[in-house]
Amino acid sequence: MTGLAFLIPIALGMGLLGLVAFLWSMREGQYDDMDGAANRILIDDDEPLEEDA
Amino acid sequence: MNAPALLTPDDARPLVSTRFTVPGMKCAGCIGKIERELPKLAGISAARANFSAKRVAISHDPALGEDALTAALLALGFEAQPVADNPMGVEVEERKRLNRALGVAGFGMMNVMLLSVSVWSGADGATRELFHWLSALIALPVIAYSGRPFFASAWMALSHKRTNMDVPISIGVILATCLSLYETITGGAHAYFDSAVMLLFFLLAGRALDAEMRTRTRAGIGALLGRMGKSASVIAPDGTTRRVAAKDLEPGMLVLVAAGEALAADGEVVDGISAIDNAMLTGESAPEPVGPGSAVHAGAINLSAPIRVALTRVAEDTAIAEIARLMDEAGQSRSHYVRIADRASRLYAPVVHSLAALAFIGWMIAGAGVHQSLTIAIAVLIITCPCAMGLAVPAAQVVASGALLRRGLLVKDGSALERLAEVDIALLDKTGTLTLGEPRADVTALGTEARAVALGLAQASRHPLSRGLAAALLREGVQPATIDNIREESGIGLTATWQGVAVALEKPEGEAQALATTLRIGDAAQIIIFADPMRSDAAATLAALRADGITASILSGDRAAPVEAMGRALGLTAQAEASPQAKLAALEALKSQGRRPLMVGDGLNDGPALAAAHASIAPGTASDASQQAADAVFIGEGLMPVALAVRVAKATMRIVRQNFGFSIAYNLLAVPLAVFGLVTPLIAAIAMSVSSLVVVANSLRLAGAAK
Repeated sequence: MTGLAFLIPIALGMGLLGLVAFLWSMREGQYDDMDGAANRILIDDDEPLEEDA
Repeated sequence: MNAPALLTPDDARPLVSTRFTVPGMKCAGCIGKIERELPKLAGISAARANFSAKRVAISHDPALGEDALTAALLALGFEAQPVADNPMGVEVEERKRLNRALGVAGFGMMNVMLLSVSVWSGADGATRELFHWLSALIALPVIAYSGRPFFASAWMALSHKRTNMDVPISIGVILATCLSLYETITGGAHAYFDSAVMLLFFLLAGRALDAEMRTRTRAGIGALLGRMGKSASVIAPDGTTRRVAAKDLEPGMLVLVAAGEALAADGEVVDGISAIDNAMLTGESAPEPVGPGSAVHAGAINLSAPIRVALTRVAEDTAIAEIARLMDEAGQSRSHYVRIADRASRLYAPVVHSLAALAFIGWMIAGAGVHQSLTIAIAVLIITCPCAMGLAVPAAQVVASGALLRRGLLVKDGSALERLAEVDIALLDKTGTLTLGEPRADVTALGTEARAVALGLAQASRHPLSRGLAAALLREGVQPATIDNIREESGIGLTATWQGVAVALEKPEGEAQALATTLRIGDAAQIIIFADPMRSDAAATLAALRADGITASILSGDRAAPVEAMGRALGLTAQAEASPQAKLAALEALKSQGRRPLMVGDGLNDGPALAAAHASIAPGTASDASQQAADAVFIGEGLMPVALAVRVAKATMRIVRQNFGFSIAYNLLAVPLAVFGLVTPLIAAIAMSVSSLVVVANSLRLAGAAK
């Protein structure tokens, strides 16, 4: 029984952490531009871009 | 949007943010180019592209106007239009609210389930009571927060003396929560917190999918919109000009329309010779020459030279506003359409609620106490709560619209898919729908050198013929020649020098060949002919529609001869020279015969017909208003997405009906268990998740439907 006193708050805390992370990422606009995020990985920062992209 | 006020301590002047829609943003390179090159210009501090919405937010010095920023984007090779502050704010907010509610419900479901599993596996006495209390502590705020979309919608329906899918959901959730709370307080064995929260989670997932589908396609269509003139340069009697917003214009005002500018009101040209692009109004691509005395309409774009226009009709009186009013009226009938989920729930809710009431009365008569009878009645409500039904429609529609999106068709919402599945006759416009609606140059006769020169010249102009020629040459892989001293003279053409030789793209001699241009290199001249070709798969699309039992015919505003020629070529009956009112009347006549017409068209003259049709589709090149009136927009050169849309819509409705069938079969099995008091929270949880998973899995079969 004493184990529960630790385990339940830990389980709840981790769940809350996940929820807070989700709400934070939504507020930060992480899901606003899903296709853009997929494309941005292809942008090469070091080289000048081609003219007719 | 959510960015904090853009104020740096060193910078005295606050920056302002302006948003542009940039439809031409198509790849990673475009994002990189815009975000890297724009801030290099003086006055622009940052640019941020949103690829999904095809928008760019620029934070800049307030001294820099919208025109300068549009020009800066054009210099990078992107056409852009400034957009109003937050046109889709309400929908985005609704989607975010649903996503937050979904996150909270997911958190609650996982934690309550963790405690419930312990109870099911044998926890009893003080441990069970503790776990029930913990579940209640988690579930009550979660249900209060995540259930709001359903409670609000159910309350709305009830206060209008109607019922919808949310009424049985809300009653089930609220009763299950109250009963579980009572059981927890009295130390009872069965609490249904997990079922209530899980139900909300699955249903919210369905709602969030539905909202996601709507905003995604709205963003796609919004990116294609926004070309009508929003203001005009009014010339005062003393010769000075000032910008006046479209709504403040008055008849009799004299306005100056620069080349490339869109007209904001109807009027008559008093000075200047130019050509205007009426594509927004008629869908007709060939530029129309105008001179003093010509009537011009709001929405037309002045192509070559500045003109002075005396305004005749403004704001609500323009031809465009008149058509918009017709569309608005025609669209009213569509709002009466009842979606399949609500039709199902009209039958479903009374049956379920009477079953629960009967179970209560039956057990009371059989001698069980009030508490036990009530528990059983509520178990009936929980087990029949339309969890799978709530997912049956959105899951199938979201998968189908995703499949269609990959094939170049944006469906606006679920109701559009439902109506598309029901059409039995198709009416197609000619220009821009059966044909591509843009001039295509025939460049086969040109030699290598001529091609390079023609491309070098054509690239320098924004005239539709030049752009059509440049596009055709670029498709052939031609490299442009280096051309110097390019001059564009309105109504005549382009002149320049190439390797010391005088070259030109000119209007051909004689008026007969309206859609042609003369390429002159030195003394040699060649005529390049433009045509508006039929979409290559038009015949195949019509055959596919016929295979689905849909007869097609042409309904065009164009002259009789070309329409009949096209009708003969495709084997269709054709009605030509139809005004917007005549098109509307043709659709109303079909509807009064009990037919369900599909309208495919692009011009503003098709707008009222698109709004009145049972379902409608517009090409991505269509006028703004038509895209807004249509249920779906297809992109690209093929017409096949139209036939595909109908086929996928039918497949979707098949899957939806299967999903409903499964939900009903599941209820037929589960309800007797509940009525006889055999349902425990464990059985309810298993039954609910299994039925939801089956429905989602069945819907996923649509992913390949658009192949």
